[in-house]
Amino acid sequence: MHPFDYIQPGSVAEAVGLMRDTADARFLAGGMTLIPVMKQRLAAPSLLIDLARLAELRAISAKGGTLTIGALARHAAVAESPVVQARIPALASLAAGIGDAQVRNRGTIGGSLANNDPVADYPAAMLALGARIRTDRRCIDADAFFTGMFATALEPDEMIIQVEVPVPEAAAYQKFEQPASHYAVAGVMVAKAADGVRVAVTGAGSGVFRMPAMEAALADDFTPAAITGIAVPADGLNADLHASAEYRAHLVTVLAGRAVAAAMGRS
Amino acid sequence: MIAIALTVNGKPVAAEVEPRRLLVDFLRDELGLTGTHIGCDTSQCGACVVHMDGVSVKSCSLLAVQADGSQVTTIEGLASDGDLHPMQAAFREHHGLQCGFCTPGMVMSAIDLAARVPEPSPADVREWLSGNFCRCTGYHNIVQAVMAGARAMSTDG
Repeated sequence: MHPFDYIQPGSVAEAVGLMRDTADARFLAGGMTLIPVMKQRLAAPSLLIDLARLAELRAISAKGGTLTIGALARHAAVAESPVVQARIPALASLAAGIGDAQVRNRGTIGGSLANNDPVADYPAAMLALGARIRTDRRCIDADAFFTGMFATALEPDEMIIQVEVPVPEAAAYQKFEQPASHYAVAGVMVAKAADGVRVAVTGAGSGVFRMPAMEAALADDFTPAAITGIAVPADGLNADLHASAEYRAHLVTVLAGRAVAAAMGRS
Repeated sequence: MIAIALTVNGKPVAAEVEPRRLLVDFLRDELGLTGTHIGCDTSQCGACVVHMDGVSVKSCSLLAVQADGSQVTTIEGLASDGDLHPMQAAFREHHGLQCGFCTPGMVMSAIDLAARVPEPSPADVREWLSGNFCRCTGYHNIVQAVMAGARAMSTDG
C-alpha cells in the first residue's frame, strides 16, 4: 500500500467536511473492497476517513411500511436482524449470502451501495424493492442512484446515511454464484408490492438493471410460468471466464423464475 | 504514525503504527504472534482470521489503526493454563489438519460459528468455512472437528 493519512471523525458533518476539503480522500466503512484494492495499489487515497465512530449509522429499525437500515449496518447484522427477517426475509437471506462470514462481519450496506460493484448483491435488492438512499444532503431513489459500473449518483463528498426500504408483499433473491468469491455470476431480485412488480438483475451486465418485460408479465400473473418465455438479449451482457454473455442471459430468465417461485412460497 | 491502544489476548498493548500497517503484520511482526498466518494476502484464504470484539475477521484486510480500542484474540489466546480450547482439542481429536497452515484461521472461524450456531450441521459448517481454504483438502475431518468442537463449547457452557 502507498502511504496515506487516517482519521476517525466523530460526526457525519465532520466526515463530509474532511472529504470536501481533501483531495483524493476516501470514506472507509467496512473496507472489504477498499483495503484489498489499496493493497493492490489500484487505489491510493491521500486520506482515509474511517467512519467507525459513527455508531448511530449502524441502526436497523422499522416504522409503518418502511424498513430503515443505517449505512454502516454490517451484512451479518442485516442477516441476523429479527426486524429485517420479520419484514423482508429475502433481504436478510441475501445479506447472509454475501461473500464469506468474515466479509459479512465487516462489510456494510452503505459501502456496498456506494461501491456499486456490477456483481454485488445489495444493488439488486435496493432496485427491486424501490428503496430510497438517504445521504447527508438528499434522498435518492434507487432508480436514479445506480448509474453504471462502479458509478452512482453520489457527489464526490456525499455520504450515505441510511437506506429506506418499502416492505413488499413478497420478495425473493436468487443468485448463481461464483463459488470462490461468492459474487453473482447472475442474480435476480423480484419484489411484489401494491403498486406493481419489480425485477432487478445483478452480475449479468455492466451494472444493476431492471427487466420491464418481466415486470409487466408478473404484474398480470405472478407465477414463474409468466416469464419462462421472456428471453433476455445477450447483447452487452458480461462475458468472462466464468460465463459467456449468452449463458448469463439464460441464467437471468431461470433465476427470475426461481425467485418468483420462492417469493410465492413466502407470501 | 498513529498511537493505538488495544487488548490482545487479554493483555493491553500500546503502539505507534503507520496507518497502512495491516493488523496481521502488526500481530506477527510487532507482537510476535506468528500463529496468525498470511496465506493469500488477498482476503480469500482465511489463514489470517482472528477475533476482533468477539467476531471473526480477516486480519490481512484490516488496518492496525482500525483495531484501536478493540479486543483482539488470536490463536495464541485460546488455550488457558495449558488446556486447549475445546475447538482446538476437537481439531486434534478428529485430526482436523494435515500440514496445519490453515488451522489457526479454521479454528478462529469455527469458534465464531459455534457462538452463533451451537449445533451446526455439516452443511452449516461447510457454508461457514467457505472463506477458509485448506489446500491439503482435508475438509472432511475439519467438518467433523468443528461439529465436535461446537458441541464441546456448548457443553462447557
